[in-house]
Amino acid sequence: MLRSLRVLLTKEFLQIRRDAVILRILLVMPMIQLIVLANAATFEIKTSKLWVADQDRSPAARALVDRFVATRRFTIAGYSVDAREGDDALLDGSANAVLVIPAEFERDVVRDRAAKLQLVLNAENGSQAGVIQSYAAEIIARYADELGTTMLPVRSAVRVGIDRAPTPGRPVIEVRTRARYNTSLDYKRFMVPGILVQLITLVGTLMTALNIVREKEAGTLDQLNVTPIRPSMFIAAKLLPLWIIGLLEFTLGLLIAAFLFHVPVLGSLPALYLGAMLYLLAALGVGLWVSTVSDTQQQALFVTFSLVMVYILMSGLFTPIRAMPGWVQVVAQINPLMHFIAMTRAVLLKGAGFADVWRPLIALAALGTTILAIAVGQYRKRAA
Amino acid sequence: MSARSAAMGALVAFMHKEVRHLLRDRQTLAILLLLPIAQLLLFGFAVRTDISQVRVAVLAPEPDATAAALRSRFEHNGRFRLLPPLAHPDSLEALFRAGRADVGVLLAPGLSARLSAGLRTEVLIVADAVDPNTGTTMTNYAGAIVRDWMLSLGAAGRAVRLDTRMRMRFNPTLESVNLFVPGLIALILTMVTSLMTAISLSREKERGTFEVLLVSPLHPWQIIIGKVLPYLVLAMANVITVVLAALLVFGVPFRGSATLLLASSMLFALVGLALGVLIAAVTSSQLAAMLAALGGTMLPNTLLSGLIFPISSMPVVLQWLTNIVPARWFIEIVRGIMLKGVGLSLLWPQLLILAGMLVVLLTLAIRKTSVRMG
Repeated sequence: MLRSLRVLLTKEFLQIRRDAVILRILLVMPMIQLIVLANAATFEIKTSKLWVADQDRSPAARALVDRFVATRRFTIAGYSVDAREGDDALLDGSANAVLVIPAEFERDVVRDRAAKLQLVLNAENGSQAGVIQSYAAEIIARYADELGTTMLPVRSAVRVGIDRAPTPGRPVIEVRTRARYNTSLDYKRFMVPGILVQLITLVGTLMTALNIVREKEAGTLDQLNVTPIRPSMFIAAKLLPLWIIGLLEFTLGLLIAAFLFHVPVLGSLPALYLGAMLYLLAALGVGLWVSTVSDTQQQALFVTFSLVMVYILMSGLFTPIRAMPGWVQVVAQINPLMHFIAMTRAVLLKGAGFADVWRPLIALAALGTTILAIAVGQYRKRAA
Repeated sequence: MSARSAAMGALVAFMHKEVRHLLRDRQTLAILLLLPIAQLLLFGFAVRTDISQVRVAVLAPEPDATAAALRSRFEHNGRFRLLPPLAHPDSLEALFRAGRADVGVLLAPGLSARLSAGLRTEVLIVADAVDPNTGTTMTNYAGAIVRDWMLSLGAAGRAVRLDTRMRMRFNPTLESVNLFVPGLIALILTMVTSLMTAISLSREKERGTFEVLLVSPLHPWQIIIGKVLPYLVLAMANVITVVLAALLVFGVPFRGSATLLLASSMLFALVGLALGVLIAAVTSSQLAAMLAALGGTMLPNTLLSGLIFPISSMPVVLQWLTNIVPARWFIEIVRGIMLKGVGLSLLWPQLLILAGMLVVLLTLAIRKTSVRMG
């Protein structure tokens, strides 16, 4: 029995090694994709083009605009008095946001210590608009604080007596913020681990499916079925080489991530590899399942493509799981990719070890064996 | 009967055969018609970018009324989910590592006492910023709540209040589905036109049936039109069903001209078909065509088109590269028509670029196909 497994394995390895195209798909393409994708896949908002509709034309208004420019997050796309010109700029795309400073802005600030502003954002891309909005809100809040310190207290003449506050006009509680694990807010750190995982998914699943369907198309699968080789033996011989290649690929990708993109490796590598081994069981299992339901490579490609699309979308790779509706968050629990991406990010970027990621590890083990068992069962049924 | 009408008759017969081919492959046809709708539903229901359910942990060295007031502010804000009180800053770290908390709010020791003594004190907001934008947004949400709390304590000093009214133009509810629908149309058109044509033509080449067609009295261009037309019809059917589903199910706005949308979809579909024919002409096997179509059309049209990732965020080299990606221009057109309601007066440059691409690709595709014939 072991001998036939060894013979089958030799055949599989030979086949993979001899096929230059397959080898290229397996090793080179994912790495190129990783490098290109890591650069393209960014939601970072560099500079936004701000149109200023200044109806006040006062020093206070100009100072506010200066604060926007000083952060380097905004460049000025143009000035006007009329807000309508700003709207035109939004329409033709020459501005992302319009800051409307109403007339008598400065007067209101001095007299009432309260004034109104308006910010109009191009919200076609909602999440981007949200971030630009929060940058702008921060700049405006800081400017308000600054006005509070530099300006004389209101009606100070009226308010006789000792001001008990330490620095008049300064807030007594200072709010500091810290972005943990990614202080420089570098998108590559966030995306590279995710893309790496997504690539081994695609390769693991697609290669398994295509590899088996190709034998089906060529008729060699039927030949194998009439030999004394048991289906479980055949499956093991098909999956083992791809499982090893998947791990090799993961290693290669990890090296690129660490040395090319300077993604830190802070946590436990054994935990990460255990996760990868379990996760690959699930990825290959899905591929095996696809091969049982498709008759041609074309179909296998489409089925894999649609499945992978679903589980990539629901994995938190691009959009946070937290932002999804409750029922999707529940369904996402049966998505092995979701657990593995969360785990990879935690281990690499947050320094997590076995004690922190035992939950995703158990989930991966459960999902991996279940998916594989279902796929093997399905394969047996089809082969019988 | 003139030679021309005979040629037309042959073309019609050939197209009839192709349509039957496509209709007979039920499984593929079902995938091609249903997959786009499924994707739309998925995008619409599952993919949101507005962050809610932020899990926040508060660390208050003294559990007094001041801290309780802050906790209850978080508890009653729909965006946050309050976690049990933290005992030590290190436990926040453990929660972050296990992915069980998103934001921590740490009050300085002796906060209430220092406040009543009129001394300065501080609050630290720590966010898990592995995902930079989410981290920034969560920090700002938490900051707004902390500021409100400070105001209620009278601890905000006498800062000037600047009320900013934010207006989200073109997509006031920040629905990501609005953004994705135009991109999805581009993606589906690419799949149906480039990918399917490339695979279907190369399958004929692999089986040797393409040679049979070439020695038939049909002109090469007639063969190509016959091959391509059913996919064009399918592609337009997809555009219509996806737009209708988007309007009916998600109430995606449609502010511009439907005719212009259909015309530009047709133009983009033709670009995709020309690319598919070209790929089939230069590759030798189904697998190679599949890979070339994936790498040469699907990937750039998804990743370098602004569909998922904003072009303005990319490195300059990639930004420059997006200029030769057809979907980039098509997505600009569709977003312009659907979300902004702009017309031909603003969109003609994009349309012209697509037309230029079509001419170049068509010339190349015809030349490569004819060369193969000789």
